[in-house]
Amino acid sequence: MHIKPMDGALFEPTLYIIKGMCILDNDGNRILAKYYDKEILPTTKEQKAFEKNLFNKTHRANAEIIMLDGLTCVYKSNVDLFFYVMGNSHENELILLSVLNALYESVSILLRRNVEKRVLLDNLDAVMLAFDEICDGGVILDSDPTSIVGRAALRTEDVPLGEQTVAQVLQSAKEQLKWSLLK
Amino acid sequence: MSVFKRDKKEEEDSGGNPYLNLDKTSVLQEARYFNQSPVNPRKCSLILTKILYLLNQGEVFTTQEATEAFFATTKLFQSKDVMLRRMVYLCIKELSTLAQDVIIVTSSLTKDMTGKESLYRAAAIRALCSITDSTMLQAIERYMKQAIVDNNPAVSSAALVSALHLSSTAPELVRRWANEAQEAVLSDNAMVSYHALGVIAGSRKNDKLSTVKLVTRLAKASLKSPYSLCLLIRLTAQLVEEDDSDASQPYIEFIECCLRHKSEMVIYEAAHAIVNLRKNARDLAPAVSVLQLFCGSSKASLRLAGARTLARLTAKNPTAVSACAVDLENLISDPNRSVATLAVTTLLATGAESSVDRLMKQISSFVSEISDEFKIVVVKAIRRLCTKFPRKHQSLAAFLAGMLRDEGGLEYKAAIADAIIALVEENPDAKETGLAHLCEFIEDCEHTALAVRILHLLGQEGPKSRQPSRYIRFIYNRVILESGPVRAAAVSAVAQFGAQRPELLPNIKVLLSRCQMDDEDEVRDRAVFYSIILDSGDPQLINDYIINVSQPNPVLLEKALRDHLEINPDVLFDINSVPTEEEPKENKEPIVEMEVRKPVQMSLEEIYAEQLAVIPGIEKLGPVFKTNLPVELTEAETEYRVRLIKHIYARHVILQFECINTLDDQVLEDVHIRLECPPEYEVKSEVHCQKLVYDKPGSVFLVVEFPCAFLGSLGSFGATLEFTVHDCDPTTGNPDPGEGYADIYPLEEFDIGCSDQIRARGAAEDFEQTWERSSNAPQASDTFVLPQNEANEAAQAVCEHLGLPKAAISGEAVKEIRGGGVFRGGAPVLVRARLVSRGDGTTMQLAARSPREDIAQLILAAVG
Repeated sequence: MHIKPMDGALFEPTLYIIKGMCILDNDGNRILAKYYDKEILPTTKEQKAFEKNLFNKTHRANAEIIMLDGLTCVYKSNVDLFFYVMGNSHENELILLSVLNALYESVSILLRRNVEKRVLLDNLDAVMLAFDEICDGGVILDSDPTSIVGRAALRTEDVPLGEQTVAQVLQSAKEQLKWSLLK
Repeated sequence: MSVFKRDKKEEEDSGGNPYLNLDKTSVLQEARYFNQSPVNPRKCSLILTKILYLLNQGEVFTTQEATEAFFATTKLFQSKDVMLRRMVYLCIKELSTLAQDVIIVTSSLTKDMTGKESLYRAAAIRALCSITDSTMLQAIERYMKQAIVDNNPAVSSAALVSALHLSSTAPELVRRWANEAQEAVLSDNAMVSYHALGVIAGSRKNDKLSTVKLVTRLAKASLKSPYSLCLLIRLTAQLVEEDDSDASQPYIEFIECCLRHKSEMVIYEAAHAIVNLRKNARDLAPAVSVLQLFCGSSKASLRLAGARTLARLTAKNPTAVSACAVDLENLISDPNRSVATLAVTTLLATGAESSVDRLMKQISSFVSEISDEFKIVVVKAIRRLCTKFPRKHQSLAAFLAGMLRDEGGLEYKAAIADAIIALVEENPDAKETGLAHLCEFIEDCEHTALAVRILHLLGQEGPKSRQPSRYIRFIYNRVILESGPVRAAAVSAVAQFGAQRPELLPNIKVLLSRCQMDDEDEVRDRAVFYSIILDSGDPQLINDYIINVSQPNPVLLEKALRDHLEINPDVLFDINSVPTEEEPKENKEPIVEMEVRKPVQMSLEEIYAEQLAVIPGIEKLGPVFKTNLPVELTEAETEYRVRLIKHIYARHVILQFECINTLDDQVLEDVHIRLECPPEYEVKSEVHCQKLVYDKPGSVFLVVEFPCAFLGSLGSFGATLEFTVHDCDPTTGNPDPGEGYADIYPLEEFDIGCSDQIRARGAAEDFEQTWERSSNAPQASDTFVLPQNEANEAAQAVCEHLGLPKAAISGEAVKEIRGGGVFRGGAPVLVRARLVSRGDGTTMQLAARSPREDIAQLILAAVG
């Protein structure tokens, strides 16, 4: 084994740049989260504790970037959703930012610009696919929202009204009413 | 009423989130629907989403549950719905680590990856590579090669990224795809070129020459993708770092050229590289001005990037940074607290003494809002200020003490305690105040580890202060109030006072006798131990077991004890034969750092212990006394690279020749060393390296016995590498048929000197007493004339010969070397020398004392 001198000054020439991505709701609960480095936050318990902490530090100040627990986290929020991309503390912040933008923009297109929790949950499968298209095991797979969406939004057309059950129709009508009142 | 309220709330919640309160068992039930035919794709997709959601929330699936879900999912390959198929791939990937027999879907996935539907192909490749292992990989190798050069960028990227993941488990296999990847680097698609570059760079990590070729070729190719350029800049920067000569000039030019790229990401990457590579202000200027612009950006990430990189630069070139003072001043009230902190700490590091108070005030206004990481940054900045402006110590210590009282995690508190401890150690004026702050802090410190450390420090420093008795109250309070480990540490600290301040001894004895009633074994044992040592009144005993206790490296001590028990449990164990704990090398780099994760520091002995285990009978040699730093026995850029690591044992030395074959068209077999020893050295055994493949280090070990007389142990060795060469196919690594041919490769000569056989350290504070105490030990002394004109230069050369650290040198006109150590075998040795410059050389008077006279003589012989 050759021991390389430890020198953290330069950035590591690697493709494994993304340590994690997550979407939290406005209580700091996880909607979707992926961590890509086995050595960083290996258990769900640690991850969720980290997310809580991250949320507490970020939900008030919209400051775009924060260093937390040895990770550089860039973030963006809209209505009741918080998007985060995490990288090593010693990483080009702007690369992380480009991934965050890709994530946010793709989700935004998928949700037809209605970036809010309810709509996101209705399209959770497509958002999961978008996650998968943006990052594969820590490697940035794609950062162009149009091509990401092209590969994630595959739903042909909505199910015609006739195939929905009565209960479903009622439920969606009720929700729409409630949301229109809340707005 | 309250029940009603809760119901309403729940209803509202679940109305917003259909995935809330999902039950694993019922979702798995739902998955049985997949067995029906035909299925409703929408419904299936929803069920799969639920499964994925549960997994993502951290729900634990047993192997059986996961396997059932997995097999149910595979049924959905029947459906032609694109969206559903994609969700199936996602599920396969997620469940593949949990379920059994996942390779069952190999054929379905192989079919999809070679099929017509391009939306399937990319995802199928990635799913397939996540379930496959290296044995099955060969079967799909052909498809992978095709996929890498496919016209569809998604397919090509998927194949390349999968190849990169696989290269950690099957590097040889993936290396064979290099030609295809080379082709893909020049793809028009930005991501394909980025991924291809990553695969190639990864496969050539240890091959500098081909990295040079790659970088030179691509620097001219004007890559389009910003990501690719960033990676290329990193590779280039690495080359420059390794080779500082003029040859790296074109690389620097390439990086500087990237400063004018249109993407901010690339500009920053280039600026960051330049800041880390260049030294003088003129070379740094273009990068600094870019960073200055970043500081004024409207994007917080850019401001942070700019401020952070400038902060790092303060260590190397403070003047270059102080030119940016205006830009940094603008950032000290930045809404992003991370940016503000960096700006303030950087200004503190570069600014004058007069601005300290103003900036400190600024920090204290927002210190409670920032994360622990940045608080640590602030603490470190203040710690440096303490060294830089010793006169400010009072206000700085007060500020630190204030931070110590705030809320915070262990790491943060430890950083503050470190800063105060450093202050106490460096600045005699600040000692009393610093210790007082620490005493106050341990009164309610919830971190055991930290309390123990501070108690240890109080034990070290307290007895030397003017009023030692005042600390005893604080320490003894711990004995009454704290948990076991803290009480034990407090007992040890109290004992220090007894050992060093005779006037306090009677009181200390009373305190220790009280501790002998403690509930905790450790506390009682320590109290009894110290009482007996103190009662003995023997200064030597008190010094060796209370004041200056040597601390063996725990890992090696454990190993040595285990070996000792196996081989000769009847003999007394000599603790001196175990290497002592290395003093942690002081990290003097005054940069504003944020990395919290540091690699675990291991001593050389620990690192190599595992490799040495292959030598039969190694345990008979006893514990390893010292492992020396590797010595290169070949030039840097040769066919075979060999370096030597000398492992010293009491009566033997193990020579480890670590060889690397840098020729990818050769496999070396039966690699061994022909050694020419000085007289009286005897080779006892040899472990050959059976096979040395391209780029994988392999070691040859020789166990050599030292001559009986210590004086005969200095000498030079000649070595030749002998081996059988088999030519092989560079891409597959398979050797060509037929017999190989024998060949030899001469290596550079090497020595075994005094420094190899001694574990030396600079003089401790009480060197004079130690030297006096050893006055009845045999001494060897002589006067030498050294060729160096400068006394300092000569002193350094002597230290190097003896293996002493530079810190052993002191004095101005007359240089003095004072130090000591342990020779192999465990005999202590003390060295003292005076050097005076004589214009045409340096005169040195050297004396060495050791219970073994021949060792003292050996020291002189090593210099002469």
